[in-house]
Amino acid sequence: MTAPTPTLSPPPQAAVATPSNDNLDVEAVRRDFPILQQTVRGKPLVYLDNAATTQKPRAVIDAVTHYYENENANIHRGVHFLSQQATFAYERARGRVGKFLNATDSSEIIFVRGTTEGINLVARGYGRAKVGQGDEILISHMEHHSNIVPWQMLCEENGASLRVVPVDDDGELVMEEYERLLGNRTRLVAVTHASNALGTVNPIAQIVSLAHNRGVPVLVDGAQGVPHMPVDVRQLDCDFYLFSGHKLFGPTGIGVLYGKRHLLDDMAPYQGGGSMIKSVTLEKTTFADVPTKFEAGTPNIAGAVGLAAAIDYVNDIGQDRIDGYESGLLDYATQRLGELADLRIIGSARQKVSVISFVMNDAHPHDIGTILDSEGIAIRTGHHCAQPLMQRYQVSATARASLAFYNTRDEIDALTDGLVKVHEVLG
Amino acid sequence: MSELRELYQQVILDHNKTPRNFGKLECANREQEGYNPLCGDHLHVYLQVDDDDVIEDIRFEGSGCAISKASASLMTDAVKGRSLEEAEAAFSSFQALVTSDVDSPVDEAQVGKLAVLAGVREFPMRIKCATLAWHTMRAALNQQTVPTSTE
Repeated sequence: MTAPTPTLSPPPQAAVATPSNDNLDVEAVRRDFPILQQTVRGKPLVYLDNAATTQKPRAVIDAVTHYYENENANIHRGVHFLSQQATFAYERARGRVGKFLNATDSSEIIFVRGTTEGINLVARGYGRAKVGQGDEILISHMEHHSNIVPWQMLCEENGASLRVVPVDDDGELVMEEYERLLGNRTRLVAVTHASNALGTVNPIAQIVSLAHNRGVPVLVDGAQGVPHMPVDVRQLDCDFYLFSGHKLFGPTGIGVLYGKRHLLDDMAPYQGGGSMIKSVTLEKTTFADVPTKFEAGTPNIAGAVGLAAAIDYVNDIGQDRIDGYESGLLDYATQRLGELADLRIIGSARQKVSVISFVMNDAHPHDIGTILDSEGIAIRTGHHCAQPLMQRYQVSATARASLAFYNTRDEIDALTDGLVKVHEVLG
Repeated sequence: MSELRELYQQVILDHNKTPRNFGKLECANREQEGYNPLCGDHLHVYLQVDDDDVIEDIRFEGSGCAISKASASLMTDAVKGRSLEEAEAAFSSFQALVTSDVDSPVDEAQVGKLAVLAGVREFPMRIKCATLAWHTMRAALNQQTVPTSTE
């Protein structure tokens, strides 16, 4: 029996700002984000916590609503109309992500909850089989806890050890040390594309090439990479790449693991359950092929749909244009914050995404955060889930402003004025 | 702005800048570390308790925000020379103060100088900054063996 072709109601065409010239029309972009229109504590919201999570454009919110209003059903199961629509929407999202990362095939795209779950999936599915007693996993000193702790757990379990590439005073990886640490026992390199705490962009292609010369695969934590620059996994030649939807203007609870097909084929499932099987008897289960093998249970279908809408939104604006605009904004912010005598920026790598970490004399980051909040300005304060990095720079915490393409120079000015006020309040 | 002024009162700013009883207590017979894993704040409370269960001396050291530092400083002033029972009562009334409704009146007779910290009630994310030192002291007095955490 042939399944009827579902009649698809087209997803809503939300207004997307597409400026005609190379410059980003930031005011038009801002109109796409409903949350940016509000005031906080009587002041216009200045949202500078984008490395924690980004705001969502109308196109994403509408796509999720449209899915629930018109297409919601469980996927890969029912023969009924809605199930086919939902399955189509989910798999279409996978295809979108595959194209976005330039994967060879959409089966190399596994939907997960976020970067953290993706790293844990690789640590279990790949690490448990390939990393043994006396082996080494190589990470860097600038990793987020999510790219440290799963490896520590694996090392503990398998008797392997964790080696760490140091960072220099500017916040750049010491590449000579990286080459030295790549040894005969290295089984995996796990490194971030861009540091969430410093903004440093790491030379991934070079890192991958050096590792591959020794036959070592490389996992890249792209949580802070994808939102700021075009990523081509084939050009980078990395073996695993991960990112979170919510840091890319998409919903929370959806993320992506890209893996080279031959590696994914060899990996054991992460979780067992429904969907991920070919057949089950009470004695034995045959697992499904990738990507289904890694997606036990009902996935976050609406999240995948929302993520696809976010990718479409970003593509419509253009990642190169976003990159160019954010670089200009980062330079401006670096210059303005540099005018404050008692403020020290931590992280001055040559290549940075739009993240500025800083400390101020006599003002703890938490107090800075509370005082800025009273001006409607949202920044992150604390250790940014990167405590080893904080220890490296001998601070317990920093204040961090992280910028997106909807931020403006006026907002940077508001931040600077707010920081002047910190001293007025703290005396 | 008034809520901000309420939080960062002069007394608090003063205790932040020049904390009382700051530094290690060499002759301590009770001590404990406290962490706030969410923000990385870290402090160490030292006490010298005599045979009659009186806090002869108390000091603290560590790094934290203005609220956590001022709260620790005020705490040392509040419990120095007090019995363990009185320190426990002070803990309870301080805890009740900072977790009470914003609009409820502050019983200054009961909490004394600690009333200046009532401003944190307007800032729910900062209450743990104010209570870290107190929880750490209590853990030291109860002779807990693991460091105190706000989480």
